[in-house]
Amino acid sequence: MAKGKIIYKRAKDIPLNAMSVGSMLFNKTGAWRNVKPIIDYDNCIKCMICWKFCPDICIVIEDENPVIDYDYCKGCAVCVVECPKKCISLVEEGR
Amino acid sequence: MERGKTMKLSIPEEELVGSGHLACQGCGATLCMRYALKALGQNTILDIPACCWSVIDGPFPHTSVKVPLFHTAFETAACVASGIRAGLDVLGRGETNVVAWAGDGGTFDIGIQALSGATERNDNIIYICYDNEAYMNTGIQRSSATPYGAWTTTTPVKHFKKMPKKDLVRIMAAHRIPYTATASVGYPEDFIAKVKKAKEIQGTTFLHIFSPCPPGWKSQPEKSIQLARLAVSTCYFPVYEIENGEKYTVNKVIKKPRPVKEFLEQQGRFRHLTEEQVNGIQKNVIVSYNELLKKAGLDLEVHVEIKK
Ligand SMILES: Cc1ncc(C[n+]2csc(CCOP(=O)(O)OP(=O)(O)O)c2C)c(N)n1
Ligand code: SF4
Ligand code: SF4
Ligand code: SF4
Ligand SMILES: [Mg+2]
Repeated sequence: MAKGKIIYKRAKDIPLNAMSVGSMLFNKTGAWRNVKPIIDYDNCIKCMICWKFCPDICIVIEDENPVIDYDYCKGCAVCVVECPKKCISLVEEGR
Repeated sequence: MERGKTMKLSIPEEELVGSGHLACQGCGATLCMRYALKALGQNTILDIPACCWSVIDGPFPHTSVKVPLFHTAFETAACVASGIRAGLDVLGRGETNVVAWAGDGGTFDIGIQALSGATERNDNIIYICYDNEAYMNTGIQRSSATPYGAWTTTTPVKHFKKMPKKDLVRIMAAHRIPYTATASVGYPEDFIAKVKKAKEIQGTTFLHIFSPCPPGWKSQPEKSIQLARLAVSTCYFPVYEIENGEKYTVNKVIKKPRPVKEFLEQQGRFRHLTEEQVNGIQKNVIVSYNELLKKAGLDLEVHVEIKK
């Protein structure tokens, strides 16, 4: 499945049977964020509760660590509230 | 995927919902789909009537899910699923899960006829309703799943909703549906176990999932999971299942319910309620919960003291 945004320039390029041929990954929802969660790995116990509850599927497991993909994190802060070690802090996004 | 000994995940690792989707911050409906597809796996076809999920998935020709998804008309979740099932059966693809996926409006209101029909025929489909307690996609109008007391744009503060929430699970039980259950995004392990159970059953199964919605409930996005759990620990939304319309099991028995006020006060949609009205809700919550415990054959009666 294509990762980039698909744009049909001419009507005749549009498939007759309307169907999805690409993913939404082109849509970098990180731009929605006004607060940014930051994991303090010194205190993280790798319980993956943050991963489990992220509605944006943007906490990925890398080498058994939770890693936030800021391209997509919307800054909802669910992970901050759910982390049992309280080791995810929020900083304001400066733009 | 192989994992080392240090890390144990309580839910499957495979992700069939991707990032970049269009849901609001802290959306419970998105977590519903994420968990459901973890349980269902790749061999699944979804059909989705008009609801937030028609938008969350993304605009044509893009999608956020890694399984086929049919967008259908508002009232047709169940009958489209029945049709897909019939077609797949002709093709000898009985193994493929067919899932009707709809909001509370599409299920409790406009889709109930098709749902009742499919259930009476006992079509082999899984119906999952994510319940955010109003028509959210069109801007927060009341549905028959909106609870007593709630503000919506069609039940404004002075005329907040006076009717109680429709008890759809009981209506489903009255069909003697092979399996029906409630679940919550606050307890993904329980939810996933129920979807897996539904998957194994030949016949109609219906799951009712409690799904927080920050813009519709006027709640903080970061509180979504806390609210989902509070709904269970206050007995506002009990988590239980019914087999063959008869055998009740309460999956999370709450012996000492928290005051329902703790759940209500975190949501702007209930802000206008007086103490008396909150006490009325508290009373009804406990009465229904005790009824449920009785149906499940549990020798237990719970109380919450109402502070005067
Ligand atoms: C026949 C018909 N009537 C009305 C609509 C407009 N409509 C689209 S989505 C929606 C609300 C859906 O509410 P619900 O099923 O609770 O899902 P939610 O948006 O809350 O996820 C409405 C009224 C429609 N698409 N079709
Ligand atoms: S803030 Fe929200 S979107 Fe961002 S990583 Fe945490 S849970 Fe995911
Ligand atoms: S919830 Fe907290 S402690 Fe657990 S893995 Fe995530 S950051 Fe680490
Ligand atoms: S309105 Fe509510 S249910 Fe709809 S996408 Fe937003 S948070 Fe999710
Ligand atoms: Mg709804």
